[in-house]
Amino acid sequence: MLSYALRRLITTIPTLFVIITVAFFMMRLAPGGPFDSDRALPPEIEKNIMAAYDLDKPLVEQYFLYLGRILTADFGPSLKIRDFSVGELILSGAPASMQLGLSAIVLALVIGVSLGTLAALRQNTGADFSIMTVSMIGIAVPNFVMAPFLSLVFGIYLNLLPTSGWGGGALQYKIMPIIALALPQIAYVARLTRGSMVEVLHSNYVRTARAKGLREQLVVVRHALKGAIMPVVSYLGPATAAVMTGSVVIESIFGVPGIGTYFVNAALNRDYPLVMGVVIIYAVLIMLLNLLVDLLYAVLDPKVRYV
Amino acid sequence: MLLKNFKRVALGVGLAVALTGTAQAEKVLRVGNDGEPQSMDPHYISTVQTSRISDDMTLGLLTYGQDGEPIAGAAESWTISEDGKTYTFKIRDHMWSDGTPVTAHDFVYAWQRILKPDTGAEYASLLYIIEGAEDVNTGKGGPEVLAAEAVDDKTLRVQLTAAAPYFLAQLTHQTAFPVPRHMVEKHGRDWTKPENIVVNGPYKLVNWTPNVSTELVKNDKFYDAENVAIDRVIYYSMEDRTAIQKRFRAGEIDVGRDIASEQIDWLRENMADSLRIAPYAGIYYYVFRSDTEPFNDVRVRKALSMAINREVITDKVLRTGELPAYSFVPPGTGNYGEPQYADWKGEPYGEVFEKAKGLLAEAGYGPDKPLKVTLRYNTSENHKRIAVAVQSMWKKLGVNAELFNTDGKIHYSDLKQGDFQVARAGWIADYNDAQNFLFLLETKTGPINYSKFGSEKFDGLMAEAGAVVDLGQRAKILGEAEAVAMEGQPIAPIYYYVSKQLVSPNVVGWVDNAPDRHVTRFLDLKQ
Amino acid sequence: MIHTTAASDALAPMEELEGRSLWQDARIRLFRNKAAVASMVVLGVIAVMALFAPLLSPHPFDEIYWDRIQQPPDYANAHWFGTDGNGRDMFIRILYGARVSLAVGLLATTVSLVIGVTYGAVAGFVGGRTDNVMMRIVDVMYSLPFMFFVIMLMVVFGRNIFLIFVALGAVEWLTMARIVRGQTISIKRKEFIEAARAGGVSNFKIIFRHVIPNVLGPVIVYMTLTVPQVILTESFLSFLGLGVQEPLTSWGVLIAEGAKVMEPAPWMLIYPAIFLALTLFAFNFIGDGLRDALDPKDR
Repeated sequence: MLSYALRRLITTIPTLFVIITVAFFMMRLAPGGPFDSDRALPPEIEKNIMAAYDLDKPLVEQYFLYLGRILTADFGPSLKIRDFSVGELILSGAPASMQLGLSAIVLALVIGVSLGTLAALRQNTGADFSIMTVSMIGIAVPNFVMAPFLSLVFGIYLNLLPTSGWGGGALQYKIMPIIALALPQIAYVARLTRGSMVEVLHSNYVRTARAKGLREQLVVVRHALKGAIMPVVSYLGPATAAVMTGSVVIESIFGVPGIGTYFVNAALNRDYPLVMGVVIIYAVLIMLLNLLVDLLYAVLDPKVRYV
Repeated sequence: MLLKNFKRVALGVGLAVALTGTAQAEKVLRVGNDGEPQSMDPHYISTVQTSRISDDMTLGLLTYGQDGEPIAGAAESWTISEDGKTYTFKIRDHMWSDGTPVTAHDFVYAWQRILKPDTGAEYASLLYIIEGAEDVNTGKGGPEVLAAEAVDDKTLRVQLTAAAPYFLAQLTHQTAFPVPRHMVEKHGRDWTKPENIVVNGPYKLVNWTPNVSTELVKNDKFYDAENVAIDRVIYYSMEDRTAIQKRFRAGEIDVGRDIASEQIDWLRENMADSLRIAPYAGIYYYVFRSDTEPFNDVRVRKALSMAINREVITDKVLRTGELPAYSFVPPGTGNYGEPQYADWKGEPYGEVFEKAKGLLAEAGYGPDKPLKVTLRYNTSENHKRIAVAVQSMWKKLGVNAELFNTDGKIHYSDLKQGDFQVARAGWIADYNDAQNFLFLLETKTGPINYSKFGSEKFDGLMAEAGAVVDLGQRAKILGEAEAVAMEGQPIAPIYYYVSKQLVSPNVVGWVDNAPDRHVTRFLDLKQ
Repeated sequence: MIHTTAASDALAPMEELEGRSLWQDARIRLFRNKAAVASMVVLGVIAVMALFAPLLSPHPFDEIYWDRIQQPPDYANAHWFGTDGNGRDMFIRILYGARVSLAVGLLATTVSLVIGVTYGAVAGFVGGRTDNVMMRIVDVMYSLPFMFFVIMLMVVFGRNIFLIFVALGAVEWLTMARIVRGQTISIKRKEFIEAARAGGVSNFKIIFRHVIPNVLGPVIVYMTLTVPQVILTESFLSFLGLGVQEPLTSWGVLIAEGAKVMEPAPWMLIYPAIFLALTLFAFNFIGDGLRDALDPKDR
């Protein structure tokens, strides 16, 4: 399994290279440049700035310059927040995003799997129906509605939590962002769990376990859940990567110092180095998590073997 | 790991403050700033959200007073030569926050630095009024050709290319700020990091967490420190206007630098004592591409401009106190008299609309040959609502306007390249002078002259005004130029901007003003 | 899975016959599912309302009433859902928004369906190195942040609403391709494919006549989940200001506008949100119903 993991890690390098190349040129296709704004710059000034950031060179040359810099782990300067390098911005933002994201995923896993299992055990009853309806709401309400709504209710009407802000990372500032991030994930996980749980509960090995006279609780937890969790695990790979890299909506509404805002704002600002930086982070994260998921598969399912 | 330690330290500091704080409470001003700052280096600042922070840290030769008007700052006094072209400043006896005295050399060094092409400063062109500045910036000459010289440590002499009555006001702008030469040379671009930064103003940077806040503390070495009441200022970076509003309501911030304008009725009803709306030196306008079909016909431009019911836009659509605009230069702009209004101002809209119909018919457009145009605007709720309103007004005129919204980068890039027919634009004055608006329509302005107006008469008058020393004479010539522009309507002014903010009744010393400058040193908090 | 057993190319008519009976079976099961039937009715009603929108309200969708800006529901003036920030009738705008949102959902899903099914079937059927390369391409695209992809596409093609559909479809096909590939691999060893191959039928023909029709079950289920996904993505783009051009609108645009005034003007958020939620619910219940109906294992 170790050699399999190693091999997989090595194949990520060419993939990453392709991603960098695709992202680099795609980004440059977009019209408008980093220094176009309502204060249009005189041409000579724009020329100075472009030169200061090597943006006046031919695109292919810029590409190779960038590759060279990446190899030395230099992500370049941010064109918008000019006091920070892209590396600094990502390092300062990633912990907050990842922390919130991981908490949200763990929350989603615990609540989602429990609700999904419950719904499956009580299939086609009122409990099943209400769990699935509530979880549908989690999916159907866009986060740009949910986040301000939570903030309004808990921050202002009930005055229980700060409306937004970070407060140096104090717990009360993190509660609402985590909930807002977790809600749709809870819903997805619950639905996935219910689906596969229903299937597993009808399978032979669960029937066998029941026939052996094991307690229902034990059957569910020990046998059924292990099989039913598979689709959830494969869903979790990409979902964790997406949630851990932050959400522009949640972070801008709750004032979280994360990197989620950069995915959208850097693209809209044409902050090329920052866009590249977050694209690379995302790609690396998703590849690592997918690898982790595949390894988890091997652990959970004895039929899967990697050599 | 590092983060954990940091947290522990922060907790410790918090505790220490909490324990000692009771005796003499620290006064903290919390500001909801409507955008992430770009840089703490005055040479890399181009947004107003950043300059608010910078204005608290650095003192230009002149600086903003409590009412936003320029007052003596790093310069104690100055003299101006007869021809209005030579300025001599006497530098105030004060020091950088590390104890090094501020000298005339710091200014010369700063101005040379911002102008050097490899600095890549966005706003350097604002200094072009200084002799030699343009040459330095375009690489035609070395930094030594800049006509700013330190006669001695405390005397700075500046030579201008023309008599510019707005030069003193311009010195309040961050482009003219000094930088501490000894620190810049020692740390390079890192001189603005909290551990290195050295300032000559009332506050000093202690922390900048991207997407959260920048935090400043009082600089005890500031020359007028005894009159600075607030000990600490926190600028929260908040793009989301409704979030600013909520934080303000929850009492988490004392000042919100913008409001969610969609909720204006609610604000007026529920938070009237905090809502501050004041005229702001800026103009919101639509620009016509005046050198190509169909807008190379002045009748078409005029007709479309006349058909915009500005009162409806300000009173019904916006409702945030903006005034309908019939001139390019907002009323009350410095070194200027009454603006030159478009000739239909004051007539009832019904009549104006009929006239517009007539003009359009004259130009050859009517039911059998309807005019079709594309109206472009950049992404924003307000731009959208205005565009929708104007579209429906033009529709009644028989003009078919297709709306086209893009993100800001594409919008302004296309505007510069002339890839549009009618587009939304806006301008906020960098310094309080009519020339700072009118130059936008000058041919020599280049790509920023979006409309490609190209009126020889207008250009001639602008050149003439630039050469005149007498302020009254200059104002008159500028007025004539604006009259030409209003007759030609390369742009359709829509409304004069207002600044909109939320200021807690606990904040003392907040004076509404047209430049919308409220430096913290003049503010205080009621206990 | 729904594949016919021993049918060969020569016996095509019979295969169809048998197939139909299987589909018929599924249909019966689907119609027995109350939630799915109710969902179909709801969707049908919304679609019909959207189609005949102009007949249902006295107000044109782009008419501005200057004196009724941001007004709560007002039955006297037939503003059943109130008016928006520009004084336009919310009811009619929601119906016009339904046209755009449903069209976005269906068109983008169709694009993703066409690309994903073809791509996945070819990769799975041809196998070997081609399969490897094709799936590696999918991996690469998976690793690009979705939002970055969409924003770049929007920024480049933003002028045209149809390109928005295509752009959204162009990023939604990846999962579809994976599903179809997996299914294809599992059926390509089956007798009827072998028979067709032995009979000298071209690969192209096999893929389109035999492989694709037999993997449609899971594809249809996934489709019903993609439509809501696309509608939500469109609403997120609208929130970022990258949605459809005014005066056209979509549920996403309406909800994004409403979210900004949820306190002073809740009607601007609640009504479009109800329509959106109903539609998403409906698609999901139909998806669940279809899965149950098409998968005989699970009853």
